[in-house]
Amino acid sequence: MMNFARLWLAGWLCALALSAHAVVVTDERGVGVELPTPPQRIVTLLPSLTESVCALGACNRLVAVDRYSNWPASVRGLPLVGGGIDPNVEAIVGLKPDVVLLAKSSRVTERLESLGLKVVVLEPKNHADVRRVLDALAQVLGTGDAQGAWRAIDASVSAAAQSLPASVKRTRVYFEVNNAPYAAGEVSFIGETLSRLGAKNIVPASMGPFPKLNPEFVVRADPDLIMVGERSATGLEQRPGWGRIKAVREGRICRFTAEQSDVLVRPGPRMGEAARLMADCLLEHR
Amino acid sequence: MKSQHRRAMVLGIVLMVLAMALLVLGAGIGSTGFENLLAASDDPVALQIVRDIRLPRTLGAWLAGALLGLAGAVAQGLFRNPLADPYLLGSASGASLGVAVALWLFGMSPTSTQWVVRLGLTGAAFLGAVLAVLLTLLLARGVQQTLRLLLAGVIVGVVLGAAKDLLTLTSTDVLQAIQGFMLGSTGLVGWSACSVMGGLGAVCLLLAWVLAPVLDGLALGEATAASLGLPLGAMRAALVAVLALATGAAVAQTGLIAFVGLAAPHLVRSAVKTTHARLIVLSTAMGGLLLMAADLLARWLVAPQELPVGVLTAVLGGSYLLWLMHRRSARGGM
Repeated sequence: MMNFARLWLAGWLCALALSAHAVVVTDERGVGVELPTPPQRIVTLLPSLTESVCALGACNRLVAVDRYSNWPASVRGLPLVGGGIDPNVEAIVGLKPDVVLLAKSSRVTERLESLGLKVVVLEPKNHADVRRVLDALAQVLGTGDAQGAWRAIDASVSAAAQSLPASVKRTRVYFEVNNAPYAAGEVSFIGETLSRLGAKNIVPASMGPFPKLNPEFVVRADPDLIMVGERSATGLEQRPGWGRIKAVREGRICRFTAEQSDVLVRPGPRMGEAARLMADCLLEHR
Repeated sequence: MKSQHRRAMVLGIVLMVLAMALLVLGAGIGSTGFENLLAASDDPVALQIVRDIRLPRTLGAWLAGALLGLAGAVAQGLFRNPLADPYLLGSASGASLGVAVALWLFGMSPTSTQWVVRLGLTGAAFLGAVLAVLLTLLLARGVQQTLRLLLAGVIVGVVLGAAKDLLTLTSTDVLQAIQGFMLGSTGLVGWSACSVMGGLGAVCLLLAWVLAPVLDGLALGEATAASLGLPLGAMRAALVAVLALATGAAVAQTGLIAFVGLAAPHLVRSAVKTTHARLIVLSTAMGGLLLMAADLLARWLVAPQELPVGVLTAVLGGSYLLWLMHRRSARGGM
């Protein structure tokens, strides 16, 4: 009872303090979304947005997330409202959220808006985006230290980079996203992290963030180290001609588990942790 | 009739010569675009890339396309339906479900992971394709009723496809890993895959060629075919086995490649009117050429990146078929 009263009081005080806080947030569509009060019921449909909201200290305002959001542990008990590409409109509307945060590729933006919900489209794709999205989210939430959150990410990436001896730098890395094979290029957020660690990416910026490669490109580039999710890596050594790649010959392949892959492929507050994983891989196979 | 035989012969020779030419051209096209093979002969890396990657890949594309072309001709004859394609008995969905299950089991427990590694994704795909066809046969209670078989195949395809979606949607990691298979690619075909496809392809082609008269009979109707005194049931079952094996082998090695199996027999028929025995052989050569050409373009157009090869087969074969139909209807035929 005491708790409830305290919570109510806190909420009331917040409302009072922020009542003059009507903000207009411009999202990635260029649409200005007006939020008269800081939203207290939030639905996110993208794991990196869920993680960013939590990093800004607003995890308790989440009322539902998409099925792929699994971090931090506190979001695991929340109702799941489908995935980013196949969200459950009825479930979302039923939760009466003050705002829905989702990616550009989501198909429900217009449907949710026509049903009277506030929708903010945010999709981080590189380091600068992560910073910008944190800023925008802090604006939406009316709270949270976006600068601080970014500094924390930045500092842990730097710390990971500084932990590496000079000999590890210039290692030529091939980061495989899946066995089509798609790779993470220099301009992807994964590539940006690799660059900050001092490693050299075999996929140059001119090829775009996630190009579908000709497998012989990898054989010709002859990387020193391969980073890959363990699911996509089945049979990697047996691919035709790959036996002569230095990394395969010397067994310098890091196979990331599904949980580690989640950390690596989400541009959000855990990019520092991702940098740590990549740095550990570089250290292990120096 | 004589002239048709000669036309079939000429078409066969043209298709094989073109395939040979593309095989040589294919050895020179890779991640660096077109390169002169003679200039590359003193570079060991380039030589090894040509020997271990480009040649098996180019030949593998021909073999996979040939298997699909063969399966397409058999399917269209067996079902007496010009829209029939090799995936009609559910093998494509079965193969993708096989891959999805393998990826899902991977990392579940040490035992399951070990099994997946031992079987490999190729093995899982082949197993899935064969099991799907068996399920179709079970539902259709054998091969006697064509319509029943067709319907069962479509249903199995839809159900297994949905099961695959359910499995892959549970985890982004599986969704990522299955993408390579769903897009279809000849990029990872090596010599061992070539020998598997070549061996199976030879067996299937021989069987289909021997069984072709029953398809000619079927073209005149079930009753006529039965009146020829052929053991219709057994021959049909054998043709379904050929269809399943050829499709399963191609799908397991290269993933889902659409349209080759559907288009190849039509392209042959547009050039010659002939018996099923010749149609099957020509359609095999046509399918091989189609996929090989598409694969060359897929790796040449945006090198060092690649286009998904299935997209190109659809664009190439589809636009030719459309043009053909347009020309015929302009002439008042078709």
